[in-house]
Amino acid sequence: MRRLINRRPDVASRFGLMILPFVIVVIAYMVASEARLSVNPNDKLLPGWSTISDAIERMAFLPDQRTGDYLLWSDTLSSLTRLGIGVAIATLIGGIFGILQGLIPYFRATFNAFTGVLSMIPPLSVLPILFIIFGLGELAKVMLVVIGIVPFIIRDLALRTAEIPHEEIIKAQTLGASTWQIILRIVVPQMLPRLIDGVRLSLGAAWLFLIAAEAIASDSGLGYRIFLMRRYLAMDVILPYVAWITILAFALDLSLRLFQRIAFRWMYRGN
Amino acid sequence: MTRVTVENVWKVYGDQTVLENINFETEPGSFIALVGPSGCGKSTFLRMMLGDEAPTRGRILIDGVELEDEPSPDRGVVFQKYSVFPHLTALQNVMLGLEFAASPFTGRLFGRTKREARNASLDMLKSVGLTHAVHKYPSELSGGMQQRLAIAQALIKKPKILLLDEPFGALDPGIRNEVHEIMLRLWREEGMTIFMVTHDLSEAFKLGTRVIAFDRVRNRPEEQKAYGATVTFDLKVDGKSAPPQPPADVTLAAAAQ
Repeated sequence: MRRLINRRPDVASRFGLMILPFVIVVIAYMVASEARLSVNPNDKLLPGWSTISDAIERMAFLPDQRTGDYLLWSDTLSSLTRLGIGVAIATLIGGIFGILQGLIPYFRATFNAFTGVLSMIPPLSVLPILFIIFGLGELAKVMLVVIGIVPFIIRDLALRTAEIPHEEIIKAQTLGASTWQIILRIVVPQMLPRLIDGVRLSLGAAWLFLIAAEAIASDSGLGYRIFLMRRYLAMDVILPYVAWITILAFALDLSLRLFQRIAFRWMYRGN
Repeated sequence: MTRVTVENVWKVYGDQTVLENINFETEPGSFIALVGPSGCGKSTFLRMMLGDEAPTRGRILIDGVELEDEPSPDRGVVFQKYSVFPHLTALQNVMLGLEFAASPFTGRLFGRTKREARNASLDMLKSVGLTHAVHKYPSELSGGMQQRLAIAQALIKKPKILLLDEPFGALDPGIRNEVHEIMLRLWREEGMTIFMVTHDLSEAFKLGTRVIAFDRVRNRPEEQKAYGATVTFDLKVDGKSAPPQPPADVTLAAAAQ
């Protein structure tokens, strides 16, 4: 018998193993749902497929009776807008501060401890402050996403920047580069793909803060809808919404990864 | 023509003396090989030549002018690794030095100036034998090609002094000979002064016009910290040996002990 660590699945079994956990979860849900519905046909906790597909049709493909909107799509649009603006602002701030903090000793001496302390503040605890300052509109929700992920992006990128071999920075100086030219031609191009990695890692947190903000004060958005439906125990709506958010998050992550591969070929050539 | 004068240079980290009392002067166009056991401070010396570190005492002069205290284009460098930029192609790596000089704000050239820089860089790449690889990224090049690229990249700036920190240490013997030949040819063509740190004595004697060895004179454990390495022999490769002359004040200090 070869050791377990030396045994590798072939392509077919790798695919089978990959979908296995998903299949198990779906089967477990079906069995449990069947069992509960056979005892009480009005059970709301684990709705059957037909109830769920009715709910999906109602939310996604029929206009809302009150507003005339297709709720799933209008919720998706407002959530993605908030998330996109928040993540974009956080990426910009995080990119600038992270690179300067990783490269310039005076900048690091000034801001390193400060961002370290900021990153320890639980972002949700400042949500009330944001609502007080920025009101209950869009700005407070976007700001929560920004505040929630910016310290991580800064610190991650500062570390990556400091990891650029000292030799490269010396070499650039012997080629006559100024600090600005080093940032522009050496550091930024090498840090952009790392920045994308940092953003990918913080997307989960960004969704968390977005849904939290929407749950507390909003009139649209995926998080708002889920928390609204909770009052009616509408599991038939909540479950597809959760699945939809998961798909959106996965697609965002995948598209960032593909963009990184296409835009920064030098990272993947030859090795 | 460049003359380097090293005057009574010491390097001390905390209470650890690394180098002490280094004195020598180089003729214009020398190829100086610095040898010595690991930890003898030969790379520290090279970093001081670069301006990456400052001597604790003493000074280093180029043509009678004290070194700038940060790296500058008059001193080119090739390290053992990380000498080229991974996100730029070979051609872009070589053009970079020309772009920095001509374009302070964007660090990029356009139009005619770009074509000129490109042609100069292509010539440089041709002289190190990389014509077939100008559009490849460093990760696609072999170790020997990467070092040749690093040499081309440094030489495009026409430095007065080229500093080499074990540049051929990681190469296979055959490849190493190839790069040696290129290095010697370029040294003769450009007439610059070269300082090369190496732990390979045969390489030192093959390339250098002068071999300078650093070593610790005092090696008893209780003396390790207080005494650093110094020049223990200094040999012209054409056969003439020139032993280091200790300056008067050091002889007096030794006598006082």
